Amino acid sequence: MSFYGLVDGTESSLKKYLGSLSGVDQVGADARAAMLATRSIKAASKRWAIDTAISMVDLTTLEGADTPGKVKALCTKAVRPDPTNSEVPSVGAVCVYNDMVKIARTHLDLIGGQHVGVAAVSTAFPSGRASLAVKIQDTQDAIDAGASEIDMVIDRGAFLSGRYIEVFEEIVKIREICGTKAHLKVIFETGELVTYDNVRKASFMAMAAGADFIKTSTGKVAPAATAPVVLVMLEAVRDFYAMTKVRIGVKPAGGIRNTKDAIKQLVLVNETAGPDWLTPSLFRIGASALLNDLLMQRMKMDDGYYASPQYVTID
Amino acid sequence: MSNRIDVKKTYKLFINGAFPRTESGRTYEVKSAKGIFIANPCLASRKDLKDAVVAARAAQSGWNKATAYNKGQILYRIAEMLEGRRAQFVDEIVTSTGVTKIKAEKEVTESVDRLVWYAGWTDKISTLAGALNPVAGPYYNFTIPESMGVIAAVAPETPSLLGLIEAIAPIIVGGNSVVILASTKAPLSAMSFAEVIATSDVPAGVINILTGKKDEIAPWMASHMDIDGFDISGLSAKKHGELKIAGAQNLKRIYSFKSADPGRILAFMENKTVWHPIGL
Repeated sequence: MSFYGLVDGTESSLKKYLGSLSGVDQVGADARAAMLATRSIKAASKRWAIDTAISMVDLTTLEGADTPGKVKALCTKAVRPDPTNSEVPSVGAVCVYNDMVKIARTHLDLIGGQHVGVAAVSTAFPSGRASLAVKIQDTQDAIDAGASEIDMVIDRGAFLSGRYIEVFEEIVKIREICGTKAHLKVIFETGELVTYDNVRKASFMAMAAGADFIKTSTGKVAPAATAPVVLVMLEAVRDFYAMTKVRIGVKPAGGIRNTKDAIKQLVLVNETAGPDWLTPSLFRIGASALLNDLLMQRMKMDDGYYASPQYVTID
Repeated sequence: MSNRIDVKKTYKLFINGAFPRTESGRTYEVKSAKGIFIANPCLASRKDLKDAVVAARAAQSGWNKATAYNKGQILYRIAEMLEGRRAQFVDEIVTSTGVTKIKAEKEVTESVDRLVWYAGWTDKISTLAGALNPVAGPYYNFTIPESMGVIAAVAPETPSLLGLIEAIAPIIVGGNSVVILASTKAPLSAMSFAEVIATSDVPAGVINILTGKKDEIAPWMASHMDIDGFDISGLSAKKHGELKIAGAQNLKRIYSFKSADPGRILAFMENKTVWHPIGL
């Protein structure tokens, strides 16, 4: 593997590569994110933003209590989020645990949702605490079951203790398993990485190792996809594009619950990575409750009065 | 002696147990009966209404589950807090409406008494309005009034305090949460009453108070799909028709009332009928 010519796979080259990264100005990142959050998106732009956000949602259910019935219901919603309105676009993908992948894929194909992907969380999600052999098998299972996207977690313990090469090699290994069959999203769990410098470091490491997407969080740890963290990651993909001419996607997940939050994310994308990233193939939002709020806001724009949660499905 | 700078109060909204400014950033001028400037309260927007409804919806099930005893205690607590701040309310009513001090005192007294009266209703309403229905089988068949959900209300212009309380109390007695638009010309006592609520153990979001223009907010209250009932007593009769039409498409119950009456509680309650086998 070439790793874009940035590293040669040895620990020393990885350390050199990560050491060459500039630090993140924390106060500046916070201020920039806060400033962008004040943008007001109205009328036609808001309408476009809502539909774009819907098409970017990775509709997620990651509960111990998930059942085949719940996953099927989620798939139905993913294909046609608003049963009363066929103009509402399908979401980007459904995101489920490993053992639900087959159920999701089969049901999506059955109801005409071939265009909706199935993302499987992998590598001992959410903690990442398992042996490499188990992580590889976990990923292989998901791909065999029909997953088109793999959301892997990194070993935060290894990352925080400076064993970057371990984390790097793990991503490379999972990338090999994914091959051409599945997109690889690498989850950092930014809430556990503590500093923005770490987030930037993890971003560049995952991108060099072959990630197609970098993802903020599992949704199990707070804080999750805060605006400054997403900003730092968007700057990383922008800088990586300048270095390699390869566009890597970003997926914030966790804590994005309403339309306002989602539109703020789109503003961040447009102002940081640029409008090229405003597509479901380069930007996704991991969420469950968000979709209902987007649908309610869409109804409000159509009907002219405020909608009620009673008119959208319960997840 | 009077070198001290005035400490003026900023009148804000009361949403979800907090005192936010209106998201619109707008205010309007309130003048005393004599035409002297008093304050710049918030001119609430439809988005403030939306936020208040979200808060009210979130708070409603918890308030509904509270025992009748607990609801009664909390309503009585509001009365206690109001009684303790009589002087301030009398002062505000005199300043903003220009009535005599005696009249203002009477209004505050009636407000406190009204709260105590409604506090008493919390554990009696289902006994008096419920029924054991006759059925041709070995079953009991009960009908019990239950809360309706989120209720909107528009308080009358005057009396500004008593009218507000007369609208809020029966709605919350039934286990509903409320979003109310206070008197436009005399909103001071309403916003001070929010401070009373904030210190009375009323769960956040059960009572939400907005200040602003009736013509602007009332139509949004009528058309909002997530408001279940609407008390339009505070609006002039000629506005009632259009609001009832706007509320009809979302099956909202819209009523206006003339006086204090247990019927005000029952208007925003729904009957639930349950069966229970005899002898178990």
